[in-house]
Amino acid sequence: MKPASFDYVRPKTVAEASVALGRKGVNTAAIAGGQSLIPMLNLRVAFADLLVDLSRLDDLKVVTRSPDSIWIGALTTHAAIEDGKVPDLFNGLLKRVAGQISYRAVRNHGTIGGSVALADPAADWPCCLIALGATVRVVGRNGVRVQPVSEFVRGQYETTLSAGDIVMGFDVPTPSVPTRWGFSKVARKSGAFAQSIAIATALGRSGRVNVVLGAAGPKPRALRTVAEELEGGKSGDELRPAIEADLAQVAPGADDYQKRMHTATVLRAIRDMRTQ
Amino acid sequence: MTAITIDLNGVRIADDVEPRQSLADFLRERCGLTATHLGCEHGACGACTVVVDGKATRSCLSLAVMSDGRVVLTLEGLRNDQIMDILRRQFHECHALQCGFCTPGMLIMARDILQRHQSPDANTVRHELSGQICRCTGYANIVKAVVAAGKDLAAAQAHALAGALAEAEALIQAEVQARVDDQVRAQEDAPPKPGTE
Ligand SMILES: Cc1cc2nc3c(=O)[nH]c(=O)nc-3n(C[C@H](O)[C@H](O)[C@H](O)COP(=O)(O)OP(=O)(O)OC[C@H]3O[C@@H](n4cnc5c(N)ncnc54)[C@H](O)[C@@H]3O)c2cc1C
Ligand code: FES
Ligand code: FES
Repeated sequence: MKPASFDYVRPKTVAEASVALGRKGVNTAAIAGGQSLIPMLNLRVAFADLLVDLSRLDDLKVVTRSPDSIWIGALTTHAAIEDGKVPDLFNGLLKRVAGQISYRAVRNHGTIGGSVALADPAADWPCCLIALGATVRVVGRNGVRVQPVSEFVRGQYETTLSAGDIVMGFDVPTPSVPTRWGFSKVARKSGAFAQSIAIATALGRSGRVNVVLGAAGPKPRALRTVAEELEGGKSGDELRPAIEADLAQVAPGADDYQKRMHTATVLRAIRDMRTQ
Repeated sequence: MTAITIDLNGVRIADDVEPRQSLADFLRERCGLTATHLGCEHGACGACTVVVDGKATRSCLSLAVMSDGRVVLTLEGLRNDQIMDILRRQFHECHALQCGFCTPGMLIMARDILQRHQSPDANTVRHELSGQICRCTGYANIVKAVVAAGKDLAAAQAHALAGALAEAEALIQAEVQARVDDQVRAQEDAPPKPGTE
């Protein structure tokens, strides 16, 4: 399995990269870690005439903390987050999510920006960043825009990115009180993409609850009824009708097995959160 | 074609490559380094794992052009590596390979595990090796070999540390003794202070 041939450039600045990516009449693709794009090129399910290598742009590697958010540059690798190189304001959630994505050799190169830009419905970061209410900053020919990740990801492998756009990174709001969270993922083997993935977060003991389910529909979606019921004090099996109602919305095509699986990951994530 | 320069197993390699050539194909076909194996060419099997800038890397998911300016180590370059030496012996002792196809990737990943985990237990090794596929052994002996190598490495490091400490201790002793000797000599040589006779 070899990819069809393409040209390659390694721009020195984000602006140059944006110009290269926006070139008219050329099928261009940004490459960051290459951990999704190269297999897709190898399998010839993706094609490009020109690869624009973003992997050495220092502007995309910044990780900083401000009073009300942390900034995670698009090129931050899963391994860097696993190793705690990003400030932990969410009680270890980021490390937990990062450490079980694929395998270490893939985590060493795969980036959070690449993961969200690809928008695989089963990927871990879109689900996690949506649960944390993160925004994405995109630079392109029309300047800079900031968008909630939940709106940036439009569907299966579909985002609001257009030619010349580059994901700079993510702003994740700092919680006002310590976050409790729960994580549950069903995959056929460790390191494989999820068959079902649920992340639940809550601000402190009685604050706002968010439950996001991935790998169930075209994009990870918040389960609103479940969150309301949780905020109203319901727990465990009492939540099943709410889960069923939300699943009808976010995963209308699910068969009986998938419904049971999604219900299980949601309940486990909530239980996991409750024990914190 | 794009010009690249790579530090490969300690040797500077400059070459022109097609942008679509993977690092794996570059290593095997241009450099004749065939310890790096290709199983799946899409990141699933781990047979192609090499070290790039100190990090375990799937060479089938890297382009040779993207490795420009990097330091690349393949199994061939780890002949005299201390950890690899122990791993090789334990793979032999524990019968951790049959056909050997997965072995280069297993060894590179095992070395990476031992660099990140001090004397890891079997569970840790199993989890960390889950991206390396072996179709022959059933993994039991591979896990055994890596756990044993971890213990050997910890013992070797403790031994080396003890040796270094003993050496440092001896140096300090010698230094202290030399200073004491100097002081004694200085006192003996000093002219008597006025009024103390
Ligand atoms: C065996 C295997 C198992 C995996 N398992 C999982 C898993 O369990 N969960 C999971 O979430 N992921 C998994 N992945 C995918 C992995 O997380 C990838 O690292 C990630 O999806 C893509 O990141 P990347 O940096 O490698 O992006 P690339 O492959 O370089 O790019 C991916 C896409 O994003 C675009 N892109 C990248 N960066 C930018 C940017 N800054 N701006 C605009 N566009 C950009 C590219 O053009 C391309 O379309 C797995 C991968 C492999 C090989
Ligand atoms: S050949 Fe690279 S992971 Fe299988
Ligand atoms: S020994 Fe044959 S594949 Fe592992």
